[in-house]
This record gives sequence, structure tokens and C-alpha cells, in this order.
Amino acid sequence: MPDTAMPILDVQGLRTVFRTRGGEVHAVNSVDFHLHPGELLGVVGESGSGKSVTMMSLLRLLPSPPAEMRDGKVMFDGQDLLKISPEQLRKVRGSKIGFIFQDPMTSLNPVYTIGFQLAEPLRAHLGMSKPQARARSIELLQLVGIPDPERRLKDYPHQFSGGMRQRVMIAIALACDPQVLIADEPTTALDVTIQAQIIELVKELRRKLGMAIIWITHDLGVIAGIADRVMVMYAGQVVEEGPVNEIFKDPQHPYTQALLKTVPAVRGPRAERLQVIEGQPPIMYEAPVACSFRNRCQYAFAKCAMENPALVPVSAPGHRAACFLLDKVAMPEPEAANG
Amino acid sequence: MVDIEHGAEVEPARPLVKIRDLKMYFPIHSGLFRTHVGDVKAVDGISFDIMPGETLGLVGESGCGKSTVGRSILRLYDVTAGTVEINGFEIAHVDRDSLRSKRPMMQMIFQDPQASLNPRMTVANIIGEPLDEHMKLSPEERLARIYELMDWVGLNHVFAKRYPHEFSGGQRQRIGVARALALNPKFIVCDEPIAALDVSIQAQVVNLLENLQKRLNLTYLFISHDLSMVRHIADRVAVMYLGRIVEIASREKLFAEPLHPYTQALLSAVPEPDPESERNRKPIVLQGDVPSPANPPKGCNFSTRCPKVMDICRQIEPGIYDFGDGRQVACHLYSESMTMTGEPTAGETTN
Repeated sequence: MPDTAMPILDVQGLRTVFRTRGGEVHAVNSVDFHLHPGELLGVVGESGSGKSVTMMSLLRLLPSPPAEMRDGKVMFDGQDLLKISPEQLRKVRGSKIGFIFQDPMTSLNPVYTIGFQLAEPLRAHLGMSKPQARARSIELLQLVGIPDPERRLKDYPHQFSGGMRQRVMIAIALACDPQVLIADEPTTALDVTIQAQIIELVKELRRKLGMAIIWITHDLGVIAGIADRVMVMYAGQVVEEGPVNEIFKDPQHPYTQALLKTVPAVRGPRAERLQVIEGQPPIMYEAPVACSFRNRCQYAFAKCAMENPALVPVSAPGHRAACFLLDKVAMPEPEAANG
Repeated sequence: MVDIEHGAEVEPARPLVKIRDLKMYFPIHSGLFRTHVGDVKAVDGISFDIMPGETLGLVGESGCGKSTVGRSILRLYDVTAGTVEINGFEIAHVDRDSLRSKRPMMQMIFQDPQASLNPRMTVANIIGEPLDEHMKLSPEERLARIYELMDWVGLNHVFAKRYPHEFSGGQRQRIGVARALALNPKFIVCDEPIAALDVSIQAQVVNLLENLQKRLNLTYLFISHDLSMVRHIADRVAVMYLGRIVEIASREKLFAEPLHPYTQALLSAVPEPDPESERNRKPIVLQGDVPSPANPPKGCNFSTRCPKVMDICRQIEPGIYDFGDGRQVACHLYSESMTMTGEPTAGETTN
């Protein structure tokens, strides 16, 4: 995907803070990213890295208080989503930008039928009549591979299995033909064989409908198979981003490198011993003034504790990483970089 | 590996854990008089052995009964049928008092360290509780033992007076491990011990479990749905589907050449962090969902989703076919080439 093309979604300097009794938690710290039309952007990070909060912030889905969007711009369709009125925002949510959440059981309303929940966005956003919405609902259920869709419209969420529920969620998210689909860990709650079904479904839907997708996950395997571009998050910041092949074949940030080594393989050679990232991710009580990964980083040196590294371009086009090791001037010894 | 051989020298080469035809049915009651209308056959006749010092991985998807196996083996449930022999003692049908005296040798590490630690107890009291229950120690001895256990799992002594909520997930799981080790068990059931942890923390806990196994010659039943982690930690692997073991084999054999169609589909479904091989990977995508264990299909349990299903599969439950070297497969595909067996083998990793 050439970087010159106009991005459909452009996020700049996004900062989200939660005000808690224990003080402020800086969940998202100056995140910049963009999404091209038709592209699948994988967002990888551990829990607490701010990947979900970033995406929820885009659509202002976080309750405020405790969440507070301190800064940033989210350009979509020529408007800043952080500035527009709630009415305008409602026209974007669920219509131009669809959202799939991790747990289909808690995100579907248990007291309404699937048919009602599918028709809701159609009637609200597209002004369809009841019969129109019903026809479209049946079409959508067919699209996501639910057998006997006419009959299933009358069923409630508990009558569906986990995988089928996630298909319903996808159908709802796709109802208004969104330009962007944000999928927050859509397969994490599912078994591997069901996960394989959902991934195949999303690949097929992408071919058919061509929307841009942001896929949030902690599973590097899932991302390797479906993403065009990958963004790695740590402590509320983007530490590395680039084309999927670059990220997996030539990771530049020590965190990405360590993350890739810590997961054992199911095929190929087996490691006797697992690589470990010592320590645990920090809780950001303050906006970062130094590298957040330095306490767990085997290459950390003096500068890492004094300044917060910015994303700098590395050799391949579109590949950027935030690490002082890439800054040839600041590096203490040349040996430290290879390891 | 060295330690497994070492363990085999010290103890006679016979299984530490011996499970035969274990069944665990949960009754379904319905109607005004709560009459017994059926059973959820969570575990439906499984047999396996675990040798001393060995790790048996038990894999399967949610609802296949793998956790129920772990819990039944430790008699956290009253099993419906079958025998469970641990370290020479039959425990499946003994009374509570004699079971209680056997508890120290078999322990469990739970999935969710948040839910399995009492939030109102300090770390020292959580780890010390088994000691209070089963041993008579003076306060000094007790504290010394608690500190020793905390050292083993890599917890700083200053944490002893803190409460579980003050710890991260990985540290909480270390507390759970220390509690399981308190009474010098021989056999530990690890029920999804890393499922609730972050990727970078999982490796820390798995390495800890491996270190402890070498040091204390522990025997593990490692229950997990994470096939790559099971491949890393287990010596042998049993694959479960809908209450039954469909394939059991050494780690190398199972991952190199899975024989049961379900194992094949399961392994092919695991995505790998390598974009190039992912592009060429053709997963066997199973159609449909797992049937309800309250109403399993006739014949082979997997027949409703099996890509290689034959007529016989819908009629007759497959027998267990022995491929030698501790590999057994329950599938009609091998009925012509193989002989049926009734006795599970312990596997070759111990020899």
C-alpha cells in the first residue's frame, strides 16, 4: 500500500487519560496512525497497552468521567471525530465505522432477538422500512454464513453458540456497509477451530466488500495471516509500525523482537527453553518522559531513561520504530544493536 | 529429559498416575419434580497413564471435558465410574477421610489466579494454609517453609504480608504455584495455568514450572487449549474431543504427523507468527460447532464435523488403535491397518 494514497482515517497525537482515585492513568500517549482504504491494519499489544482504549477513543465510546481525551485529531471523512457534535458522531458510529467487540455474549443484548438487533442500525442509519430491514438482515446473516437465516432472526443471543454469536456481531457491524471496521480481539474468546472459521470469513468478506479493517489482537499468529500492516503498542504508545513482512522478518524495536521470540511455535523447530521478557508492563501514572520499555529492555542505556524516543523511519518504506538504538548518533557501542 | 531418566532410575518404571475408563456424568434434572432426564457426559470413558517426572499435555477446545478430567482425577468431583490410581492408591471411590490423607501428594494450579486466591488473606497465609491443614509446624518452621516456597517461585519475602490484589497476574500465579507446592506433592494438575496471563508473562510462568519440575521431580498434567505452549512443555500429548481422548502420542509424533482427523484440523487451525508461511497455510476449516455433550452423536463423537467421515463412523463408536511407541488413535480410518487395543500405553518418553 503506497503511503502517498489518501488515508481514510488519520489519527494524530491522540492522548487519553483515565482519572482514577489512585491518580491519573495515561492510557494513550500521543498515538499517531493512519488507515488506507481497503487495508487491514493489525494492532498488537498486551493487555493494558492501550490498543482497545485507542480505538474506543476514536469513536468517543469511553465514558467520561473517568476517561478524558486530552489531545489529538481523528480525521475521518473530512471531519475531526473528536470535535463533531454528538448527533454527527452518531451518524458515523455503526454506520460508516463498524465495531466488533471481543465478547459477543456481553455485547449483544440478551433480551432482544437477533433480528431486532440486526434491523436496529438499518432502520436508524439507513431509514429502512421494517420489511426492507428484514430482507437486508436475512442477506447479512447469509453473508456471514449462518444457516437457515430466516428462522434464526427470531432467536435470542443465548440460542447461538460462541462462533455463531461472533458471526452475528460481524453481520451487525457490516449492516450499513461501513468504510472502516474496527475489530477488537474478535477471536480471542473463541476456540482455535472456530477462530479459523471467523478468520476465513473475514478474509472472504474483505474480498467481497473491500472495507478497511483495524484488527486488535495479542495473538501474533492471527495478525501474521491477515494483516497488511502492523502497529505494535506498548504502554499507550506506538513503538513500531510497518508492513507485516517487515515487522515479522526484521523487527527493529527490542519489544517487538522479544515478543516474537517469547511465543513457542506449533510447527517447525522447537526451542528447548522459552525466551522471557523479564518484569511486567508499567502502569502509566504519568505521561512518559523516558522510554517505557527500558526497565525490561536488555539493550537499555543511559539515554533511554532521559528521553522518550520518537518513531523514526528505518530502512524499509513505511517501517518506523521508536528506539534510540536506531539513532546512530546516540548509540553508545555499535555492538549493542546486534544481538 | 535428563531428569525424567533420572526419575525413572530412582523409582520403579511404573506409572505414577493410572486412569482407567474414567467417566464423569453430570445429571440433568428437569420438570416439576426435578426428575433425572439425562446426563451431560463431560468425560466419557478415558484411560491414560502418566509416568513419574513426565508432563502429559491434555488439549482440546472449550467444553471438551479437559478441565473435568483434571478435577475428577483429584477427586474434586465424585466420579461416575472408572478408576484413578495415583502413586499406587486408588482414590476414585475412597471415603473422605482416607482421601484427605492422600491430598498432599496431589495438588492443583488453577487457571484464574485472581479467582483462586482468597482476597482477604495475605500471601503468607495463602501459602501457609495447606501447612496448617496437613502438618503440625511451629510458627518459626511455618514461616521458614513459606519463605522457602516463595524463594522457589521467585517472590520477594517482603511480599509475604501483602494481599493478592497488590500483585500482577503473573505474580499471582506464582503465589498459586507456591501454594500447590507447599505439601511436597508428587503430582500437580495444571489447569490452564497461563491462559489468563499476557504473552510476555506466559513464558515466565512456563519456565518456572519447568524449573520446578526438574528440581522437585514433579509429574504434571498440563491442561491447555494453547497447542504451541503444550508442544513446548509436554512430553506426551492427549487430544480430547467431546469427553473422549481421540489421540495420544509423544509430542514429536503428534505435532509432526497427527493421525486423527480432529488432531489434524486442530493443529492446522493454529496460526503462526510468520506472514509467509501463513499465506500458504491451508487450514482444515471444520464446519459447524461441537455437539452438546448431553446429546452426543451416535457412533464417533466427531462424525458430525469430520472431513473424512465414513458410513461406519455414524453407526459404531471407533475402537482405540495402537500404533506402537505409545501412540493410540480412536478412528475408524485405521481399522484395517491396525489392531485394536484395550490397554493404554505409558509412552516411550520414559524408556
